[in-house]
Amino acid sequence: MANFNLKINGKTQQLEVDPTTPILWVLRDHLKLVGTKYGCGISQCGACTIHLGDNAVRSCQLPISAVGNQEITTIEGLSENGDHPVQKAWLEEDVYQCGYCQAGQIMNASAFLKKNPNPSDEEIDGVMNGNICRCGTYIRIKKAIKTAANSKTV
Amino acid sequence: MTKIVTHYNRRSFIKVSAAAGGGMLIGFSWLNGCKSNTPEPEAGVAVPKEWFEINGYIKIGDTGMVTIYSPNPEIGQNVRTSMPMIVAEELDVPWENVVVEQAPLNTGWYQNQFAGGSLSIRLSWNALRMAGATGRRMLIEAAAKEWGLKVSDLTASDGVIKEINGERTVTYGEIASKAVGIEVPKEIELKGVKDFKLIGTSIKNVDGEKIITGKPLFGLDFHRDGMQLAMIQHPPAFGMTVKDFNEAEIKSMPGVKDAFIVDTSVEEPGGFDEKGFKQLIAIVGESTWQLMQAKKALKANWETTGELENSEMHVKRLEKALVSGEVQESRRDGNPEAAFKKAAKIIERTYSAPFIAHNTLEPMNFFANVTADSAELIGPTQTPEALEGSVAKLLNLPLENVTVNMTRIGGGFGRRLYVHFGVEAAAISKKIEGPVKLIYSREDDMTQGTYRPTYRSVYKAGLDENNNVIAFTVKGAGLPEGPVFPNRFPAGAVENYLAEKIKAPTNVTTGAWRAPRSNFTAGAEQAFLDEVAEAAGKDPIDFRLELFDRAIKDPVGEKHEYEAERYAGVLKLVREKANWGVTKPNVHRGIAAYFCHSTYVAEVFDIIMENGQPKVEKVWCAVDCGIVVNRDAAKNMIQGGVIDGIGHSMYSQLTFENGAPNQMNFDKYQLIRHSQAPKEIEVFFVENEIDPTGLGEPGLPPAIGALANALYKATGQRHYHQPFVTEKQIVG
Repeated sequence: MANFNLKINGKTQQLEVDPTTPILWVLRDHLKLVGTKYGCGISQCGACTIHLGDNAVRSCQLPISAVGNQEITTIEGLSENGDHPVQKAWLEEDVYQCGYCQAGQIMNASAFLKKNPNPSDEEIDGVMNGNICRCGTYIRIKKAIKTAANSKTV
Repeated sequence: MTKIVTHYNRRSFIKVSAAAGGGMLIGFSWLNGCKSNTPEPEAGVAVPKEWFEINGYIKIGDTGMVTIYSPNPEIGQNVRTSMPMIVAEELDVPWENVVVEQAPLNTGWYQNQFAGGSLSIRLSWNALRMAGATGRRMLIEAAAKEWGLKVSDLTASDGVIKEINGERTVTYGEIASKAVGIEVPKEIELKGVKDFKLIGTSIKNVDGEKIITGKPLFGLDFHRDGMQLAMIQHPPAFGMTVKDFNEAEIKSMPGVKDAFIVDTSVEEPGGFDEKGFKQLIAIVGESTWQLMQAKKALKANWETTGELENSEMHVKRLEKALVSGEVQESRRDGNPEAAFKKAAKIIERTYSAPFIAHNTLEPMNFFANVTADSAELIGPTQTPEALEGSVAKLLNLPLENVTVNMTRIGGGFGRRLYVHFGVEAAAISKKIEGPVKLIYSREDDMTQGTYRPTYRSVYKAGLDENNNVIAFTVKGAGLPEGPVFPNRFPAGAVENYLAEKIKAPTNVTTGAWRAPRSNFTAGAEQAFLDEVAEAAGKDPIDFRLELFDRAIKDPVGEKHEYEAERYAGVLKLVREKANWGVTKPNVHRGIAAYFCHSTYVAEVFDIIMENGQPKVEKVWCAVDCGIVVNRDAAKNMIQGGVIDGIGHSMYSQLTFENGAPNQMNFDKYQLIRHSQAPKEIEVFFVENEIDPTGLGEPGLPPAIGALANALYKATGQRHYHQPFVTEKQIVG
């Protein structure tokens, strides 16, 4: 067990946990931030995607000891009122079916659009291939990413 | 207008109205997470101070806000939006005034509270309409009483009751308190289809905002203070059981509270009870990560009690079954053997598909709180009633002492029809005498499945010298059930016909997987018919229409399951929408049509070759599901089904060695990803006034046939065995 100070969604959180604990379980079990989902535990499905600084990372393979001072953003902290352009685009396209993967999809897409505000289909595929949607909402996800890109406010 | 007698549903309405005002409905409101339980105000409607229960589906607030209880499990098929839409339509209330809550399992109030067989809307269509219409009628009666008028003097629309020959109006919210004691009408008038205002439009998912902001919605998100977490370890192979394990060592690990073997066997198990691993090692503790570490430290003695099967053995069993296996079900018309002797051309082909896992993205999990005389279950189940029954049996409790509440479900596909994970949670809770949430790891989920069976079918057709089909036979074997529907197409369309469904044994646990059997049969049959059409020198759509024509004008045999006109209808619609017959350079087309779950779907696939690999570019779907309830969401379901069909037939398989699956996680088990999905899927509906049928499953099966047929055009190779293309992993 060790003590950690984590910066999550603009707040500092103090915790005492096993230093090998992945951020996914720190968020879900210790902080009750359950918007970040468990899907595979081996960085293959993308359901657990969060932002570490400006980068989208898989929280299931990121031990708390590796985070240091870097700022963590989860789906709960992406925007104050669910009005990030990517979230708004998801609503507009009514993307989801079961909805379980969508927080991870949104976190990956929002980090990506910040770096590449006007991506091609191929660039979207390349980045989003790491996020599985078992329901098969891929076409709507792509459309929503383009809708968000076109809103010019990402 | 349609008049409908309400009797079969009256019991529930009467029960509720008798107790109205007494707070009989148990609102299941934890889903609102950290926020207050009061629904947030929607545009133009304030949060009510008081609610009035009209019937088991409807509660109206003094401000006019209406709560509609959605009775069935939500697995992503969007019934939490579409079922309340049907109630709101007949109640005639603006959708902006509606908030939706999940109903608890209550067999006295609701019927068919399950998610399976694409049946939610089909089975509840009348009940939901009646719920809305009786509510509307009771509100009108209350207003009539208030004003000293007859019911026929009033009309109600958009949440407002008006005097037909007068000035008076009253809103539902204002009159709701007076409607509470009104007797439930014995007979009720329903709206005509032409008068629908909400049904047939596109209403956005009622949980959209919660999904995109990461609110706790799913079973895995459920938390109650004081609850423990638990994980299980099942035997490493089918055919093995647990003997003992290093209990003392595991119990001494950090964060582990308890570790023991649970037995989840129930007397006279039903179809949704576990058949494979009934004894499991359970580890209980405070955090998932610590439990995962404890699982890794397990040293168990397993006993081999059955055969340890492998994939080679499975293929041999299927081959043998096709020669000498036990026929479960069959149909024979005419004399196929004699017809084949006369045939000018005979085509015979064999098709196969592997076991596949459901792989819902939310792994199996359940919350249970068992006390000496009660059990409370909360989580993702497609069959809450079956779970209630199994838990009651396991704990020897009366049914009424077991409650089941449904969370939003992170994918179903049939996996959560099976109730073992809920039963396991109950067994663990009983042992630790406290509340617990059981969580499966992905590996647990993939290796303790109720898989889609592996199948193998032989199709044979005979053509006469004029290229007419004079004989058709299909023989299909599966572990453990054959993939043949003897009375489906082309039964009824061919003079000499034989269909045989053959079973073969396995100890691998199998079950319903999205569009059971159809998910293989459609692909095999539609790919085969494509080859037969080619041999006959006919356009594949014309060829199929000829067969339907026969089934319409002069059907062979006593019965067939499908309506040939509707089948032909979707083919004609997709032919028109996709501009069938117009060729484009380097674009390769395939067609398929299939009927299952009472819905007809035809699909055209366009494939291009990209870096030597086939890629589905565009798909057109024509769907006849009767009345379309929620148009854009219905399109979403069909699109998802198409992508699911492409994904599993192209990439996915579960192979076995020494009784265990070789694939345990998404590094080895390939699921379709973004870059492999088509660019566009257009969906068109046949417009009619037939009562609605399901959409969860029917989009998937024809996709596999249309894909196989387009792949043939693109590559020159016929594809008989799934997965069609096993590419190298694209991530990881």
